[in-house]
Amino acid sequence: METFIQQLVNGIVLGAVYALVALGYTMVYGILGLINFAHGEVVMIGALVALAVIKPLAAAGVPLGLLLPLGLLVAVCVCMALGAAIERIAYRPLRNAPRLAPLITAIGVSIVLQYSAVLIWGRTYHAYPELLPVTPMEFGGARISVAQIVIVVLAGAVMAALLWLVHRTRLGRAMRATAENPAVARLMGVNVDRVITATFVIGSALGAVAGVLVSVNYSVAHYQMGFMLGLKAFTAAVLGGIGNLAGAMVGGLLLGLIEAFGAGYIGDLTGGVFGSNYRDVFAFLVLVGVLIFRPSGLLGERVAERA
Amino acid sequence: MNTPFRLIALSAASVLVLAACGKQEAASGGDVVRIGMASPLTGPQSHIGQDIKNGALLGVEDLNAAGFEIGGKKVKFELVAEDDEANPSKATTVAQKLVDSKVAGVVGHFNSGASIPASKVYADAGIPQISPGSTNPRYTQQGYATTFRVVANDDQQGPAVARYAIDALKTKRVAVIDDSTSYGQGLANAFEATVKAAGVEVVSHEHTTDKDTDFAAILTNIKAKNPELVFFGGIDTQAGPMAKQMKALGITAKLMGGDGIQTPKLLELAGGAADGTIASIPGLPKDKMPGGQAFLDKFKKRFGVGVELFAPMGYDAVHVLAEAMKRAGSSEPAKYLPELKKTNYSGVIGPIAFDDKGDLKNGPITINVVKGGKWDVLETVIPGAAAPAAPAAK
Repeated sequence: METFIQQLVNGIVLGAVYALVALGYTMVYGILGLINFAHGEVVMIGALVALAVIKPLAAAGVPLGLLLPLGLLVAVCVCMALGAAIERIAYRPLRNAPRLAPLITAIGVSIVLQYSAVLIWGRTYHAYPELLPVTPMEFGGARISVAQIVIVVLAGAVMAALLWLVHRTRLGRAMRATAENPAVARLMGVNVDRVITATFVIGSALGAVAGVLVSVNYSVAHYQMGFMLGLKAFTAAVLGGIGNLAGAMVGGLLLGLIEAFGAGYIGDLTGGVFGSNYRDVFAFLVLVGVLIFRPSGLLGERVAERA
Repeated sequence: MNTPFRLIALSAASVLVLAACGKQEAASGGDVVRIGMASPLTGPQSHIGQDIKNGALLGVEDLNAAGFEIGGKKVKFELVAEDDEANPSKATTVAQKLVDSKVAGVVGHFNSGASIPASKVYADAGIPQISPGSTNPRYTQQGYATTFRVVANDDQQGPAVARYAIDALKTKRVAVIDDSTSYGQGLANAFEATVKAAGVEVVSHEHTTDKDTDFAAILTNIKAKNPELVFFGGIDTQAGPMAKQMKALGITAKLMGGDGIQTPKLLELAGGAADGTIASIPGLPKDKMPGGQAFLDKFKKRFGVGVELFAPMGYDAVHVLAEAMKRAGSSEPAKYLPELKKTNYSGVIGPIAFDDKGDLKNGPITINVVKGGKWDVLETVIPGAAAPAAPAAK
């Protein structure tokens, strides 16, 4: 039972991060029908930018409690600018091109970002300072650290804020209108270009938050960290129904749980035939399964509006 | 089915041999002997790769300064260093590049996953290869006459650290994790086989990858099985976060591993959670090597940084190659290779001799532990020696 609860905690923490990143994919897809494969790299840049801010500040004697908010703030700002720049430079000129063109551009942007990170920060694994207390707390036999609680709470808060933005504000209404039909939205006086830029900016901000949280939790950051995380988050977005906000959250959480329980129990369930080396396979098995049996994802059909 | 490929390989090899012959004439005019060096000079393991390169470079400089003679003629050694990025496919490209630049011998690679595929390229070209750090047993078991190493392999390292777990720690229950690389799996399997043979219960064998940083799921599973020791076959970039996550999950078992985790990087990544981590490392402690202290000082003076780990092996590998050339009176690979097999050299790391596979005979292994944020020597094991487990004089 203890193990079960612990795996549940592991899964929720992992899932919260997947959900945050998945939102970035799903928002862009909802509006443009484009899969922004560079999103994982934005997450990585967020983590490394925050580290670049935190390290000198820590050396200068800034109190521990301020480091994380400051790092987050700078990372979010940099990634917002980065998101807007990516959209403006790489995707806007291709807005009316065949769908394959922006997809390939996305992969190109991803490579550019990865190797820019190599040039700036090198290929080494960077140790992240301990920004949050590591002493874990016990809940029903399971252990959860402050960092993990912060991840789940912050991810939840950010997602709630996003839902509020999309459903309760003018910008959100413009986003939903653009998602439904850009041409008509334009006729109704919506500045479609601005809405699209805003979508990238918001998605990138969420990615930056996810990147910093992941690095704080595992206390390590490196230039390749965005790749696998991005693929998993993309899977989560498809699982929940790509283009659907609630779907990305549900998909992220589900995927985190599937991985935790999968890696934790498969060895014992199959008598050692399959082991935890199949962990990454679960995510992609889920992706294949969803694409075959329910291409629109879990929540893809039931909820009509997208953002 | 194999024939067309072998034909191509054969013809490629013969072209290379021809090319090498052409070069030989040119070389005898200029008296320059090129030694190849390949290791990860960039990437997560660049600190180790640079260390090997510096060691080899120092070796070449020392030989040149001493006016080394082959066949009665003074020669000048030149080091050709290449970056294999710890990547198997890059390793073969780099190996081909070294072969093409007519090196007489190669010091490298570091990673087993790089040394093994590269060894075929060198073997086809007939160029001797001495690895300073690859410990996977398979490296020397492929039947190539050109593969050598100056470190103990995992068949020696895995059992040595396993013996420590059994004899000194009296461990009864262990969990094993590997990182799915040839190094990590080789080490983990050698460890597992030894502890099993001694009646220790292996409660689970989990797997991760050399890119992952999230081990919560497998560690939770391991915690439920309550082992006294967790053995990890892999390197520091995973072991660091792993040590932290073990502590966070409240796992009291000790973390144990091989030379891949016995680095300063582990201390940096794991922080306080590294305390108590035990790791074996081929070779004697740096300052306990026969030529140790003098080498450390010379190295520091030349490069301004301390020795990380494998620089002495790189240094000795260069000398072993040069000595074999001297005895053969030629730097031609085909001529000095038989002499290389008969090596009996006393280097910085101690006596160097090869068995018939090219493995280091009686390579010593040191067991270390993290104490107060630093690696500390526990004891030294000499496999095959009559009285093993001689405690380190400390």
